[in-house]
Amino acid sequence: MPKLTIDGKEVEVPKGTRLIEAARKLGIEVAHYCYHPGLPIAGNCRMCLVEIEKNPKLQISCHIEAADGMVVKTQSALAKQGRQNTLEFLLLNHPVDCPVCDQAGECKLQDYYMEHGLHDPKFDDNKVRKSKKAFPIGPNVMLDTERCILCSRCVRFTDEITKTHEFGIFNRGDHSEVGLVPGKSLDNPYSANVVDICPVGALTDRDFRFKCRVWYLGKTPSVCTGCSRGCNIEIDYDRLRPHKKAGHDRIMRFKPRENSEVNKWWICDAGRYSYKLIDHGRLVAAKQSGIDASLDAALGEVAGLLAKAREQGRSGRIGVLASPDMTNEELFLVRQLFREELSAALAFEMAEPAGHKDDFLITADKHPNRAGAREILGTGLAKGEELLARAARGDLVALLVFHWDIAALAGADRLAAAARGAPLYVFATHENRTTYAARFALPVANFAEQSGTFTNCQGRVQRIAKAVEPLGESRPAWKILCEFSDALRLGWTHESAESVFAELSASVHAFAGMSWQTLGHAGATWKQGQPQEAAAAR
Amino acid sequence: MQHERFLSTRFNTTEFQDLGAYRKAGGYETAKKAITAMTPAQIIDVVKASNLRGLGGAGFPAGMKWSFIPKDNPNPRYLVVNADEGEPGTFKDRYLMVHDPHRLIEGMMIASFAIGAHKAYIYIRGEYIRPADILDKAIAQARAAGVLGPKCLGSDYALEIVVFRGAGAYICGEETALLESLEGKKGQPRLKPPFPAVIGLFNCPTVINNVETLCCVPYILERGADWFSKLGAEKNGGNRLFCLSGHVKRPGVYECSMRVTLRELIYEQAGGMREGRTLKAVIPGGISAAILTANEIDTQMDFDSLKKAGTMAGSGGVIIMDDSTNMVKALWNAMQFFSHESCGQCSPCREGTGWAFKVVSRMLNGQGHKNDIAALLHASRNMMGTTICAFGDAAGTPGVSYIQKFPKEFEERCTHA
Repeated sequence: MPKLTIDGKEVEVPKGTRLIEAARKLGIEVAHYCYHPGLPIAGNCRMCLVEIEKNPKLQISCHIEAADGMVVKTQSALAKQGRQNTLEFLLLNHPVDCPVCDQAGECKLQDYYMEHGLHDPKFDDNKVRKSKKAFPIGPNVMLDTERCILCSRCVRFTDEITKTHEFGIFNRGDHSEVGLVPGKSLDNPYSANVVDICPVGALTDRDFRFKCRVWYLGKTPSVCTGCSRGCNIEIDYDRLRPHKKAGHDRIMRFKPRENSEVNKWWICDAGRYSYKLIDHGRLVAAKQSGIDASLDAALGEVAGLLAKAREQGRSGRIGVLASPDMTNEELFLVRQLFREELSAALAFEMAEPAGHKDDFLITADKHPNRAGAREILGTGLAKGEELLARAARGDLVALLVFHWDIAALAGADRLAAAARGAPLYVFATHENRTTYAARFALPVANFAEQSGTFTNCQGRVQRIAKAVEPLGESRPAWKILCEFSDALRLGWTHESAESVFAELSASVHAFAGMSWQTLGHAGATWKQGQPQEAAAAR
Repeated sequence: MQHERFLSTRFNTTEFQDLGAYRKAGGYETAKKAITAMTPAQIIDVVKASNLRGLGGAGFPAGMKWSFIPKDNPNPRYLVVNADEGEPGTFKDRYLMVHDPHRLIEGMMIASFAIGAHKAYIYIRGEYIRPADILDKAIAQARAAGVLGPKCLGSDYALEIVVFRGAGAYICGEETALLESLEGKKGQPRLKPPFPAVIGLFNCPTVINNVETLCCVPYILERGADWFSKLGAEKNGGNRLFCLSGHVKRPGVYECSMRVTLRELIYEQAGGMREGRTLKAVIPGGISAAILTANEIDTQMDFDSLKKAGTMAGSGGVIIMDDSTNMVKALWNAMQFFSHESCGQCSPCREGTGWAFKVVSRMLNGQGHKNDIAALLHASRNMMGTTICAFGDAAGTPGVSYIQKFPKEFEERCTHA
């Protein structure tokens, strides 16, 4: 392992580590445009220049490998001057149209100008005009070639990551222009990642464009719920307008968050734009047979029903259809309440059509927490369809459904039959045909409105956090479950998802040793080779 | 000074384009000896001892370059001939390919054998249509006669040669851009390391040599390393073809020892300046080299001496300018070329060449601003040494050296506020 000195600090890095990464290890960020840890090295922006002792010329730190005894200076006058010169070149033909540029505020030209530039421009000529100013190049992305600094990140992304090869750099010299290969459109399933990796305002998101200045955004680390991959995301919400108003979403966009174990730096477009579901079509008040009702009345009815069933020794005839969309904490409370306490008829899975998957991030399982549900509730349970059949037969005293849209999956007829046979209580985030058919539909918060954890398809437990308040009367399902426990006088004292997780990790083997803190924002994987709770339960 | 000439002795005839004539004059005997009686290591040692330098422009010792091919790499190896000859003021390789194509093939055979290559490419600039045809014919003839092919000259050594025509980009003379172009990609230099000797054409170990360099090889093996190294200067073996162009009486290709001085080239070989004119400036090695004034021409023309003189031997393109030359226009010409030919990959060169060209254009029109000289120097200097390939240095050098050597002419044109 080569040991080297960067800015007077010693660091030891694995062989083959580039200087820019070695510096990062010491907390030193070397300015760069073309370098991206997820892409092959291009070395063309010439921004990450550093001084290496005994080397007459400045070297690019993204390409030079760390060597034993190397003495690197990132902050010497020479290195700073070198970077300033490069920045001056990059800005020569840049339009500097920041006031109308969507990238302003998260633009590396702006950031590095404040950090390295602040030079008096010596350029006194007309800028090169490119062929087109701003135009869509696919369903999600706009291209402005004049703002482009030709770092080639987008070209390398589509060449090496998606292997769809849409981008190319055409022409030569200062007339070089990034563009699409003739006949192509940027419409691959990961297309909008090029917006994230574009360090300037050349590639912008058609969906986000002009919606909100980025400095008004609040950012909450979370996890995408679109499929079982659990890509790490950042929820960007409008800090100035945290409350939903007509025609205005609270959430502005999702951005991928780096996690080398899960999604690297990327996210699929379907996941990225799934933020729209957070505020649209929500169930915001309790409904009784589709008509607004009192939430307290609804909660009271369910709690009373549970208590009565327990009293009468009929709690085994309470049907509970939990969901792999619920957090680990909620599933744990379902287990504590309905399995341990009431011995209710429990299920969490239904037959679903196979989802689309690919060989990169998208998985066929469109639920964020099936692995967690199987671990916590076990795999030997009945399927949702059996509960429906039992309800239809009049075998259940009540059927509680979390999240599932039964009408969509099992059909309106089976739903109606079940609703005729037993009172149906649906806990849902969105209005759908199932909530209309329910005796009571109770609004619950979605993943952007609460804290908790999901377990992805790799058995990795990852935290979500509350970005915005639950909409309307909705509240997190775990809080509702706690309210039921109060009605049953179970003496639960959970005040947060975190405290539920503490109990979960103490009781469920796979989660042993994990805590809210050790999970951090990157999550942690279940220990391999240990007996799983589900197997132990069987 | 007397020059023992060998490379250029056939420049007045096209007779030796024919394989028969070439063989009659003893052609391919050296190659035969090399591939049957010598080991690759022996050949490399001889070439190393001859002090043969890369004559394309960089002057890297040829034998050393060959020895960089890794011994344990299981991939095929390639020899690539750089016949892109794009440096303005250079036209020597064309003469070699047109008048002595089999000499190049023989040199390639020896070099390929030395590095263990069985396939070699000649990357020839697109504008060289006739030389490409001549090479194609020569290779076909050699292939048909069994000189090339699975059993070269009756030995067990196999070699195929392919002529590949470029599309006319200057940057494709840079060896890694050449490789990219040869692979069918856009000609843009690669990041180094890894060097082509390790990862070159199609990711395989590759040696890239200039036409003239390879043409020297048969002579070195035939007459000995000692003979060759003594012909030239210290560490600069042999003769070199100098391409004299511009305001001299007899422009053309002159084969001279590396020890020749610039003065001798201009005044003895090329017959001196045109009638009634005096020497003003000379570029000794293609327009990428720093310009010299009339009183700096006593330098020797080998790589090291010119480097010491603050310029470079480069491609051997000597451009002579007399007192009728407008230096601003000369620089404008150079910058127009560089801004047109920058591949656009690295920011400093992509933006800097265009900037410098705009400033010089303004100067040429008499519209120069007072701070334009500073801006031009700023742009030129900052391009140098900060790019992937040497184009940045090449494009920055003229601006810096012209202004340094002829400041008055520039100041006169930069009077506007």
